[in-house]
Amino acid sequence: MNNSSRARDLKLISCHACGLVLDNREELNHARCTRCDEHVYTRKPNSLTRSWAYLIAATILYIPANLLPIMLTTKMYNTLSSTIVSGVIDLWQDGAWDLAIIVFTASVVVPILKLGLMTFLLISTQRRSTWRQRERTKLYRIIEHIGHWSMLDVFVVALLITLVHFNKLALVQAGSGIVAFAAVVVLTMLSSMNFDPRLIWDTDEPKPRTPPDNDKTNG
Amino acid sequence: MQSRLNSASLVICEYCDAVYSRTPLKRREKAHCLQCGSELYRNAHVDIDVMLALTLASAITFVIANCYPIVELNMSGLSNRATLWDTLLFTLDSNVGVIAVFAAASAFFFPLIQILLFAYVLIPLRAGRKPRAFIGAMHALREMQPWSMVEVFMLGAVVSVIKLTAVAAVAPQIGLWGFATLTILLAVLSSFDLHELWDQSEALDV
Repeated sequence: MNNSSRARDLKLISCHACGLVLDNREELNHARCTRCDEHVYTRKPNSLTRSWAYLIAATILYIPANLLPIMLTTKMYNTLSSTIVSGVIDLWQDGAWDLAIIVFTASVVVPILKLGLMTFLLISTQRRSTWRQRERTKLYRIIEHIGHWSMLDVFVVALLITLVHFNKLALVQAGSGIVAFAAVVVLTMLSSMNFDPRLIWDTDEPKPRTPPDNDKTNG
Repeated sequence: MQSRLNSASLVICEYCDAVYSRTPLKRREKAHCLQCGSELYRNAHVDIDVMLALTLASAITFVIANCYPIVELNMSGLSNRATLWDTLLFTLDSNVGVIAVFAAASAFFFPLIQILLFAYVLIPLRAGRKPRAFIGAMHALREMQPWSMVEVFMLGAVVSVIKLTAVAAVAPQIGLWGFATLTILLAVLSSFDLHELWDQSEALDV
């Protein structure tokens, strides 16, 4: 289906908020929806630039998020600090392998996958690649839906520090790594929200806004 | 200026910009984009009665989930129990207070506002009227959806309970079951397509 009609060529815009299809014969790049008053665009403004900015910020913060401790556990005057990865290893060694897999997926696999796949989508889209566009769109839809699950560790830390505070006997304190980690998750979510998947399919024209040719007739 | 087209007749894929003309679907059917495989729309009829029932159930469950403790922990004769708000306030006072702000928004305020806005929109719609701030309420619902994370908080509570069973006596409390139920209710409620609600409300325009 590489020759199906596209809204941009038919001079139509759909409102991303309410789904209304609007006539954009004047080819404005920006207008307001007549039903819900939302700003509507043919493409999200500065999509790739914004998406890159959030992604780069997330990638940088991913380093302290993994190196700094997220939790300090004190048991009988012994304090242990744990990072995201060491927390998973501890769970595994304690025999809670099922839990270890859940936490490993949410806290390690999903963030790495999101950073890696967003980089891949941004580069391939910038190069106007026509390689597996359908699958790349699907990848984007997956990224969109799994991102927020990485907040799991943030909630776990908040609950554990509240529950385990028995002075010197047993005490759990939060480490600053968890703040960096939460920021990584928020930034990757912002990165994927700002990416416009329709750009994956905008491969045909070399410049996005060229004046209409003379030999093209209007319907 | 844009002129309005017959919105019922066309649909544009949000993911690849392909244009289709709408065809009526049977119950539980979904229309997918031929080009990229994304979902275009579902069977057009959104049952406002069902949505309102889910909203009211969510509101009741929300109160239960927040009033009762989630977990109780016993260790050498000492015990601690925590509701969601205990957790938020304790975390706010800790060295990572900023986490509490995020957790409060995503596990308490956004879900609460979502439930209230659904009630605000659906009760008048059911009576055949459009609420005064319909447009604003619908935009707020859409913007909040990705940041509302009751289900993640729920899984976090379960993980915490299991983590603690290794070192102490842990007892899940009513709040945990409340959050489990709320997770399911909100998941069903947010699976309805807001676009359909926009379309239905249009019939009420005078």
